[in-house]
Amino acid sequence: MAALLSLRDLRVAFDGVATLRGLSLDIAPGEALGMVGESGCGKSITWLAALGLLPRKARVEGSARIGGTELIGAPPALLDDIRGGRIGMIFQDPASALNPVLRIGRQLAEALRLHQGLTGEAARAEAKRLLDIVGIPDAARRLNAYPHELSGGQNQRVMIAMALAGNPDLLIADEPTTALDATIQVQILDLLGQLRRERNMALVLISHDLGLVAEHCDRVAVMYAGQIVEEAPSDDLFARPLHPYAEGLLRALPRLTGPRQPLDPIPGTVPDMRALPPGCAFGPRCPRRINACRSTQPRLREAGRGRRVNCLNDTASPAASGTSGRMTGDAA
Amino acid sequence: MLRFLSLRLGRAALTIVLVVTFAFVVLRLSGDPAMLIMGAEASPEAIAAFRASWGLDEPIWVQYFAYFGALAQGDLGMSMRDGRPALDMVLDRVPATLALTVPALLIKIGLGIPAGIYAALHRDSAIDRAVMVLAIAGFTVPSFVLSLLLVLLFAVKLGWLPSGGNQTLLHAVLPVLTLGIGGAAILARFTRSAMLEVLNQPYVRTASAKGVPWRRVVVGHVLPNAMIPTVTIIGFMVGNLIAGAVVVESVFSWPGIGRMLVTAVANRDLAVVQTILLLVAATMVAANLIVDLLYGVLDPRLRQAPAARGGH
Amino acid sequence: MSALLDARNLGRTYRMRQGLFGRVLDIHAVDGVDLSVAPGETLGFVGESGSGKSTTGRMVLGLEPLDAGEVRFEGEPLPPTGSPAWRRQRTRMQMIFQDPLAALDRRLTIGVQVREPLDIHDIGAREERDERALSLLSLVGLSPVHAARYPHELSGGQRQRAVIARALATEPRLLVCDEPVSALDVSIQAQVVTLLQKLQDNLGIGMLFISHDLRVVRQISHRIAVIYLGRIVEEGTAEDLFQAPLHPYTQALVAASPEPGRGKIRRQPLQGDPPNPADRPSGCAFHPRCPVAEARCRDSLPSLTPVDGTRRVACHLVSRQ
Repeated sequence: MAALLSLRDLRVAFDGVATLRGLSLDIAPGEALGMVGESGCGKSITWLAALGLLPRKARVEGSARIGGTELIGAPPALLDDIRGGRIGMIFQDPASALNPVLRIGRQLAEALRLHQGLTGEAARAEAKRLLDIVGIPDAARRLNAYPHELSGGQNQRVMIAMALAGNPDLLIADEPTTALDATIQVQILDLLGQLRRERNMALVLISHDLGLVAEHCDRVAVMYAGQIVEEAPSDDLFARPLHPYAEGLLRALPRLTGPRQPLDPIPGTVPDMRALPPGCAFGPRCPRRINACRSTQPRLREAGRGRRVNCLNDTASPAASGTSGRMTGDAA
Repeated sequence: MLRFLSLRLGRAALTIVLVVTFAFVVLRLSGDPAMLIMGAEASPEAIAAFRASWGLDEPIWVQYFAYFGALAQGDLGMSMRDGRPALDMVLDRVPATLALTVPALLIKIGLGIPAGIYAALHRDSAIDRAVMVLAIAGFTVPSFVLSLLLVLLFAVKLGWLPSGGNQTLLHAVLPVLTLGIGGAAILARFTRSAMLEVLNQPYVRTASAKGVPWRRVVVGHVLPNAMIPTVTIIGFMVGNLIAGAVVVESVFSWPGIGRMLVTAVANRDLAVVQTILLLVAATMVAANLIVDLLYGVLDPRLRQAPAARGGH
Repeated sequence: MSALLDARNLGRTYRMRQGLFGRVLDIHAVDGVDLSVAPGETLGFVGESGSGKSTTGRMVLGLEPLDAGEVRFEGEPLPPTGSPAWRRQRTRMQMIFQDPLAALDRRLTIGVQVREPLDIHDIGAREERDERALSLLSLVGLSPVHAARYPHELSGGQRQRAVIARALATEPRLLVCDEPVSALDVSIQAQVVTLLQKLQDNLGIGMLFISHDLRVVRQISHRIAVIYLGRIVEEGTAEDLFQAPLHPYTQALVAASPEPGRGKIRRQPLQGDPPNPADRPSGCAFHPRCPVAEARCRDSLPSLTPVDGTRRVACHLVSRQ
């Protein structure tokens, strides 16, 4: 299937410090992709860079194409059409992601005017319909509310409604439930899943929570120090992680069911992006490091059906090491 | 709302009473008006008679209650020097002062806010740095120094403008500029930091992420939020419309309230000083009240008590 | 076994005015909470925002006044807050918060801050305090190098270790940990949880571990209490509470917690918003969101009743079994 959106060797640097170090990824129409990693790994930066939302001092290189349109370096008017149009985005803290001095209805109507040309009563009616879709009770009255008058969960629903205003093909959800209570978290994630299926809208779920991504995504990309270290169907990843970092994350994750076992934390901390080790960025913390890891930077390589791994150690392969570079060819 | 207003008005009245009381005590403890007004050669009998006629021979607390008694009936007393009602004398001078401070306020707002907005939007650019250097200079240089510099340049060296007096419109140019430049500098700096704070807010990124063109993000999302703190400073400037020109009026011999205050203090012209202070306090308090009400208009979060929602 | 910490019937009520001149409301942030912690034991305290779990944590330390109930520490009632006896007592009961950066003074080095409690409470000979500070740092896995650093020069996990070292300086018997790992990344979270477990094993400290994260709480606790709108709704051992939750709210929390490998389970998410303590429902506070609520749940408040040897549940439908 043709990719909906393709990132190729995307790189971001702030003041000469690389924070995203060559990321290539395809998103298929309607799929749910999870991106996990610890803070600073580049999972959010990737999408802010692709949509031109980084501050001017950020240097962005590489390519991000949606349906033949190149986004990196695109003129502002084109980006404005894509943003909130073909690609919607919602963020972590819904309370601060909405403008505190504007009514909900007005913020929704703004998106509807930009992407559907609706104004006045038509915009208001459509805004109400969107609030109904995302499950906000008493939608007509809520249009007149300010964000501080709604709960966190309701504000996130408003954010989702706003993202739907442009009928996006792709919704980027950046830690959409981290600021919410567990019972509300489930409501929001179920809503996102339902909307994705109904509208055949692709979803990128950015999260630090492996468990959450496992439950809600078909495919997962694990990131470390500005690169994808492993990409796999979620079931495969959790059944048998290939990259030592992905494996370490899973072993460090406390479980809710089954016998309790002592956690097995990954030693050390994430490297300083200003002083990365010369070889593999995970090398110093890696239990399976080999000599080559000290000097050679690994590249993302095919590792079985639908899987890619960024590791020099051959043990990080399911069986034989596949070298047919379908996507890795241009990831250099 | 009623509760809020009555609370604020009560506090405002208290502020004014405290200011007047303070002035009353300080003026009476810091020198004898009789000696100053009658002159050093006056006979002790004449001075005693002067004191008796103005009630200065009474104990200070009797004078104090007599003053407030009269104040309650709208009587602000007479000038010891001119023998005219102090209120009339002061009100006569108000237009002259406003003729300086109102245009100056327009300069502050018209220059300071756009400069601050521009600097914030082009952070770290050459223009941003230039605006900030000017702004720092603008409010570190005291107004008497600035006024003297302007006089030296435009009056003495270039001879374009008069250096003092109030005969023509041209006479107002230098004092208005002196007042306006300093205030514009303060406002520019303040606007810039308010803008930078708002530009970093997640909802600004949200607006961009939904495809709002940058210009409209600034006008529709950033400005309405950035103006909320800026209103405080503008309110303070409005409150200063009466009292803000004391130094400048003295330097340019402009016959406004400020110069009157300086003379009246030197002469211990009690009623006049107190009337001016009362007027100044009243305008400041009124401006503060308006700012508080404006907050409610600009920021919906302040319209209701924070108590209405609980939870965290 | 005699309890290290024993709190009975804790109650905390806030008065709040609704609107600018509205009526005054009583908000029961904590209501009739009993808890006990034995030496070397960890009691997990789970709840969502507004549940009163943090308020309870502050109450057992005397940092928050008690409007009802009693706290006993090592068999003695807690001295009045602020009294010299209370201050002495506080060296035996320490608290660890979520944000280590806020808990540390950014102008002082880590070494100085770990030594500080020793100076304040005049513990040990003066010359030995620096050495003691270093040994505390090594206890939490930091090296002498870190003693000379300032808080902003450390990573989040290292800062939380430093906070723990400082808390241990006075050799406390009880640690109240309020979301101590919530701000940390997964791999660092595991390091700190493992550290706390190791310290407990070696030092026999009792812990009250407050968190919204069921998985972390299960990992570190011996017993767990689930709190909803200021009342404990279920309590049991860590082994089986989440394995077989009885209260409908605990069941919903378990279903809402993601678990890799459990697969894409079908579940009925709880309806409605998180509860507002200012607007506490009548009867069982959970009834408006409860999938199995009956008429009586609206009218009468279920009490926390033993179900078997280790489990207590506050639910009309469970007590009947």
